[in-house]
Amino acid sequence: MKRWLIAILFFVILIGIWEYLVRRETWSPVLVPSPLDVGRYFVTSIQDKTLLEASYVTLKRLVLGYVVSLVIGLPLGLLNARFKFCEDTIGVLALGLQTLPSVCWAPLALLWFGQTETAMFFIVIMGSLWSVTLATDAGVRSVPPIYARAARTMGSKGFHTWLKVIFPASLPFIMTGMKQGWAFAWRSLMAAEIYITILTGFGLGHLLHYGRELHAMDAVVGIMIVIIVIGLLADKILFSPVERFLHRRWGTARN
Amino acid sequence: MTGIAEELRNVTPEKLAVDRVSKTFRTNRGSVHALDNVSLNVHEGEFVCLVGPSGCGKSTLLSIIAGLESPDGGQVLADGKPVTGPGRERMVMFQESALFPWLDVLDNVLFGLKLKPNLNRNERREVALFYLKLVGLDKFIHANIHELSGGMKQRVALARALAPNPRVLLMDEPFAALDALTREQLYGDIQRIWAERKKTIVFVTHNVREAACLGDRVVLFSPHPGRIQEQFEVTLPRPRDINSVDLAKYSTEITRALKLHLKPEHTEVAE
Repeated sequence: MKRWLIAILFFVILIGIWEYLVRRETWSPVLVPSPLDVGRYFVTSIQDKTLLEASYVTLKRLVLGYVVSLVIGLPLGLLNARFKFCEDTIGVLALGLQTLPSVCWAPLALLWFGQTETAMFFIVIMGSLWSVTLATDAGVRSVPPIYARAARTMGSKGFHTWLKVIFPASLPFIMTGMKQGWAFAWRSLMAAEIYITILTGFGLGHLLHYGRELHAMDAVVGIMIVIIVIGLLADKILFSPVERFLHRRWGTARN
Repeated sequence: MTGIAEELRNVTPEKLAVDRVSKTFRTNRGSVHALDNVSLNVHEGEFVCLVGPSGCGKSTLLSIIAGLESPDGGQVLADGKPVTGPGRERMVMFQESALFPWLDVLDNVLFGLKLKPNLNRNERREVALFYLKLVGLDKFIHANIHELSGGMKQRVALARALAPNPRVLLMDEPFAALDALTREQLYGDIQRIWAERKKTIVFVTHNVREAACLGDRVVLFSPHPGRIQEQFEVTLPRPRDINSVDLAKYSTEITRALKLHLKPEHTEVAE
């Protein structure tokens, strides 16, 4: 409770300083909107539903793309850790592609898929898939071999060992990779939405882009805040509970 | 209920025959001759301790008996049948508990039971609780592994090893990482459980006194290459106390023999 209060107080002070600096006209009002302007933008854009619709479009792309990344990335990481052949082929490919900033896929995606949802998904998947793969790979390699040995003496073998021993044993690592994958997916999608205009859905990135074109600084800052808040909520709702559980089980929690 | 009673019944312990087993490990610094033509017979229900300095191949032999590693030459027979892989007839307890941190105490013990056919959910649970009670941890069934002390972890590991009702228990320096007081308690427990559950036990240690306290027989190994040097029958009545004077006579004798067989650079053996 007390920590909540401190957090709220911190942000109130931050906004207060912002408002103060705007009123002193430290910067040109054309470049820096006041918090009140941004607040007014929130009210109107929530009333005319543009903000909610854009958030929905963006989140749908993000979640779908991310889920596909997990579905491909987790098994790929397991394969890389298990088979030397996969490590030497897919593993190297994953390492290489992971260093490629995902917005670099945008020109290629545009040419391949045109201005479509597929292009969006493609960029999101390319952005997060490889970090999920690499983290899973690293996680599995970090599992002490004694776990598998103990399991074998109890009659576990093959797929059972992987599902019931190797996978859960590497979960803390995989969780970190999943978080990283989520962050990359989020960045990739924003880059893609700002870069590629498509007609099937108007996302937050597009709103941001048109905010700039219309020189609506209140909208630009407002949308940036929405993007930050979505990122924060995802962390608190999706990942924190799982991480807390893992810390409690493994005994790695801070007191 | 008959299922449970049947499951908890003492099974006849297995007879082990190690027949001219050899094993060489190749590392990038050359090869290590871990075991050289080692033969050893273990009777049904016998408690045998393998003693020797590190590098004498005693742990390797245990892994081979368990079926976790295969010998380069020779074979291991369990009740006359060659061991070709690990199985729940022969359960292993490791130096580090090797418990699974993602499962609680009860689920750790249930792990091996779930792989055993012909048991339903309730029966498995009852069997697991029986063994947790046997090691005195029935009050901690839902504890996380990291919340347990070193001694408690090894008790859970013991319960987990006993739960599938194996005929042989293979123990690889299970108490080496524990403090002296905890160890003494476990010496008592393991002797009691051995008497109650009638298992064949092969116990690897580098602690001569521990070996003399627990074993019906102490088998002395020497390293480079790993060979059996001498064997000692310990005929003291049970349960034995690690601090008893009679025990000291045995351990002194074994230690003397150990030093005789050792080159001076391999003397890191505790008395």
